[in-house]
Amino acid sequence: MRNVSKVFSNGTLALKDMSLDVERGEFLSLLGPSGCGKSTALRIIAGLGAPSSGQIRWPSSKINSKGLPEGDVGFVFQEPTLMPWQTVFGNVYLPLRLQGVGKSAARPRVMETLAAVGLADFAEAYPRELSGGMKMRVSIARALVTKPKLLLMDEPFAALDEITRQKLNDDVLRLWKQSGVTVIFVTHSVFESAYLSNRIVVMKARPGQVFADMPLKTSGERNAEYRTSEEYRAITHDVSHALHEAIHAGGGTH
Amino acid sequence: MSEIVQAGPGSSEEAGTDSAVAILRPRTSNTEKILRIVVPVAMLVLAVIAWHFIVVLNGIPKYILPTPADVANSLLNDWPTLLPALLVTLKITFSALILALIGGVALAIILVQSKWIELALFPFAVILQVTPIIAIAPLLLIYSPDTQTALLICSFLVAFFPILSNMVAGLKSVDHNLLNLYDLYGASRWQTLIYLKIPAAMPYFMAGLRIGGGLALIAAVVAEFAAGTAGEGSGLAFRLLEAQYRLNIPRLFAALILLTGTGIAIFGLTSFIAWLTLHRWHESALKREN
Repeated sequence: MRNVSKVFSNGTLALKDMSLDVERGEFLSLLGPSGCGKSTALRIIAGLGAPSSGQIRWPSSKINSKGLPEGDVGFVFQEPTLMPWQTVFGNVYLPLRLQGVGKSAARPRVMETLAAVGLADFAEAYPRELSGGMKMRVSIARALVTKPKLLLMDEPFAALDEITRQKLNDDVLRLWKQSGVTVIFVTHSVFESAYLSNRIVVMKARPGQVFADMPLKTSGERNAEYRTSEEYRAITHDVSHALHEAIHAGGGTH
Repeated sequence: MSEIVQAGPGSSEEAGTDSAVAILRPRTSNTEKILRIVVPVAMLVLAVIAWHFIVVLNGIPKYILPTPADVANSLLNDWPTLLPALLVTLKITFSALILALIGGVALAIILVQSKWIELALFPFAVILQVTPIIAIAPLLLIYSPDTQTALLICSFLVAFFPILSNMVAGLKSVDHNLLNLYDLYGASRWQTLIYLKIPAAMPYFMAGLRIGGGLALIAAVVAEFAAGTAGEGSGLAFRLLEAQYRLNIPRLFAALILLTGTGIAIFGLTSFIAWLTLHRWHESALKREN
């Protein structure tokens, strides 16, 4: 996915003339204070609610009726958003089922995706039998099962405890490296964005706009060591600084 | 008391807070299981014995309050009269309930398809719902070809509304994020209905089914009171009135017991269907474990 440019302009000024190019294979974090429209931006990219003006351009030629490239987008919501009456398998199978793939034909792909998020043994469990972190893994598996080119994540780990969150962050990084998917990750955590992304877009509120665009290159592997390194500290310092400026630029209240 | 029914991989690498190792299933002890049956049955038997002694000790005549033995006798001796009546009542109740299920669910699905359809049909739904349906029984008796049809329509209308309104509420209360997800994957209306809205509405539907089942029987009886059918093809309600006129109180009690039995059977059946559908996932059918 290259050269995607999006121009939004929203009547309620949730977003005003926001432009953003996303390169193929990027891990891009949208960081900003609450109410800066980062979730709105993500939903518009996903085709959930059209922009009031402006447009989203995709490099793919296959575009469906909703203006989205066919089967190329996965979405992870803030909550796991699983169907409680379906097993883990049934939930992950859903995107394929909606595409008309038969159950037996889909089984290898579903199981492979479940194995990738470490839940192969829980295929027949129901969501209520799982912990919060496991439900989120199911949600991620569901988003990945169509092998999307673009994965959109809307503060997926905001409700999880710190330990589960770090583990899932590592998992997301691993899945991103393995699959080469482009990720747009909405978060309000400086540390999460600095740990995960190779590009951080800081947004400001009132109106929602891109405030700073910071590419991020790290020397080593991102792991527990990186989490306590001087390099990581310097990056979080810079990102925090940018976020503070964004908050002040947005009127100082939030 | 619990047993391990499923064990996770449990390797040291997987041992985070989010990788459960075992799912525990509580097991009720055998004594508790037995007591759960014995206690209610014993209470029922005690009540019947108390009834018997109150009648015998006070010398209450049979035509005021019969003993349980009198009622049992009547149930046996009048069985040839009572059985056809029971079958008529059962037929009306269950046909009404089945029609109400089909009609209620179908109309609910149509209503939620568009807010304009809902707006257009709203006044009729409200008028029919707030009118005590039994009050239109005399009208139905005039318009219907025969009494049985009038009873069926009456019973149907009464059972129909709880099923309709519960189903509408259920179809509307689908998680918005799940709806977004279906949109995102380009699901058709049909797919969204079958895979998402109907399963999500099941707990509501089951509540409607239980209420509707009980009401169908009540309406079948009350409508027959109003209609006052006689002779061939009359239901339990008529036999009840007839026994009252003849001061055949044991037979009245026998008819009452058959109605109670029917009510219990309907309740048991609807509860069982609800449990069958929901026990794997919905809170209403799950045991609290803390």
